[in-house]
Amino acid sequence: MFAVLLHWFDERLNWDDLIAPLRHKTVPTHRLSYWYFLGGITLFLFGIQVATGILLLLYYRPGANEAFESVQYIMTQVRFGWLIRSIHSWSANLMIFTAFAHMFSVLFLKAYRKPRELTWVSGMLLLFLVMGFGFSGYLLPWNTLAFFATKVGTEITGQVPIIGKPMMIFLRGGEEVTGATLTRFFGFHVAVLPGIATVLLLVHLLLVQRLGMSVPPKLEAEWMANPSAKQEMKFFPNFLLREMMAWYVGLGVLGVLAAVFPWNLGVKADPFVSAPAGIKPEWYFLFMFQTLKIIPSKLWFIDGEVLGVLVFGLVGFMWILLPFLESEQPSPTKGWITGLAVFALAYVAGMSVYGHLAK
Amino acid sequence: MAAKQLSETDATRRHMIEAFLGGGLLASFASFIYPVLRYLIPPPVVDLGGDEIVAAQLSEMKPNSAKIFRFGSRPGLLIRNSDGTYRALSATCTHLGCTVQYRSDLRQIWCACHNGIYDLNGRNVSGPPPRPLDVFDVHSRGDEVVVSRKREA
Repeated sequence: MFAVLLHWFDERLNWDDLIAPLRHKTVPTHRLSYWYFLGGITLFLFGIQVATGILLLLYYRPGANEAFESVQYIMTQVRFGWLIRSIHSWSANLMIFTAFAHMFSVLFLKAYRKPRELTWVSGMLLLFLVMGFGFSGYLLPWNTLAFFATKVGTEITGQVPIIGKPMMIFLRGGEEVTGATLTRFFGFHVAVLPGIATVLLLVHLLLVQRLGMSVPPKLEAEWMANPSAKQEMKFFPNFLLREMMAWYVGLGVLGVLAAVFPWNLGVKADPFVSAPAGIKPEWYFLFMFQTLKIIPSKLWFIDGEVLGVLVFGLVGFMWILLPFLESEQPSPTKGWITGLAVFALAYVAGMSVYGHLAK
Repeated sequence: MAAKQLSETDATRRHMIEAFLGGGLLASFASFIYPVLRYLIPPPVVDLGGDEIVAAQLSEMKPNSAKIFRFGSRPGLLIRNSDGTYRALSATCTHLGCTVQYRSDLRQIWCACHNGIYDLNGRNVSGPPPRPLDVFDVHSRGDEVVVSRKREA
């Protein structure tokens, strides 16, 4: 039955030709092969986000008077609504984590080198996009924490010289964070960002497919010297099945997290109530938040905040261009990107922990 | 793939393992799908309308006129006859659910969607409606016209 259907499609679409590149694709096997899973897991979690996001859209209503109530309705009235929402929240956080881990693993395995610079660039853009998803989605339940996080986050955007203020007004849909901001963020979260993400994701995957898997330089040299040591497996089905096993485990972890630690809804946002004590952004913004907090308010002649925002902007931009900054020829200073990556990882982790513990 | 032919016991074992694996996978997928299917069905709307509602003020309506009032989540039709008596019916046409109206010229209830006509007792007298309209009880309380669902006998 299935074979007949397959044959019918193959006759018309020449399906075999279409998936031939997938059949030829191989994945190098070595002791670091496990790191190849991270991109796939991030993709899988993205799929979960799309599916649960669409489900949430069935009941969610944007708007300052309805958003909180509709999420409350989802969590208390709709059967398994709490589960769907918890999975969406947990999966979002896990996805940001795996995206960051993917980025660092690419740095450490030096997978960004020629010819994969563009894969890196598209991946970095996707990482920023994922953070944009997190930032915009966080506001949608319209609770106190989200309200103030958005206030602070957009205020920081406003610190950028010249273009900051107009950008802040664009993001907020006015001078203040109001229902207009919620409407905007909703639009970004469910239409604008998914549209861009889909295109970028396709580019990213096509590049990965076109260029094949990168092998760490040390191993590459070994394999070059001794071709018989080279080991690889077919992507389809060997690697894909392993990857799917990882996804399955991921799904299990997600289910347990969502069921055992359901995501809180908090208290409905009220623009005319003071911010509660100890207000903090989501953990993935914490390292920036904490940095801005400890910069002195005046450094020489510029505002500390402004300086912090500019430095983060600049570092983010340079990070995208990282592969272009490393010389192709072997040189004594070749390892600096690895050093930088170690430093960045330590900085982000350290600052996040510090921010988490700080009062 | 396999260099040697699988023996019969090996083949049975393999089938067994495949059945366990497939069954386990299927069961776990069912456990993912089930919450989603339940989630898709919207929870029943709680009808806070109750069994009784103030449909109008006594002084509000002229004889031989009618108004639509809210009864729970659905519309009702309150008619004041020429002799001053009141009558209340469901305003949802039994044909395809349009909201009916009172025709003071015909002294009948008319549905504009497909030209269905009911008499003042709610009986479907012409056009497509298959059933009569539900009739409600009406009584006055002070200055208010109160409509209530007929008690099941």
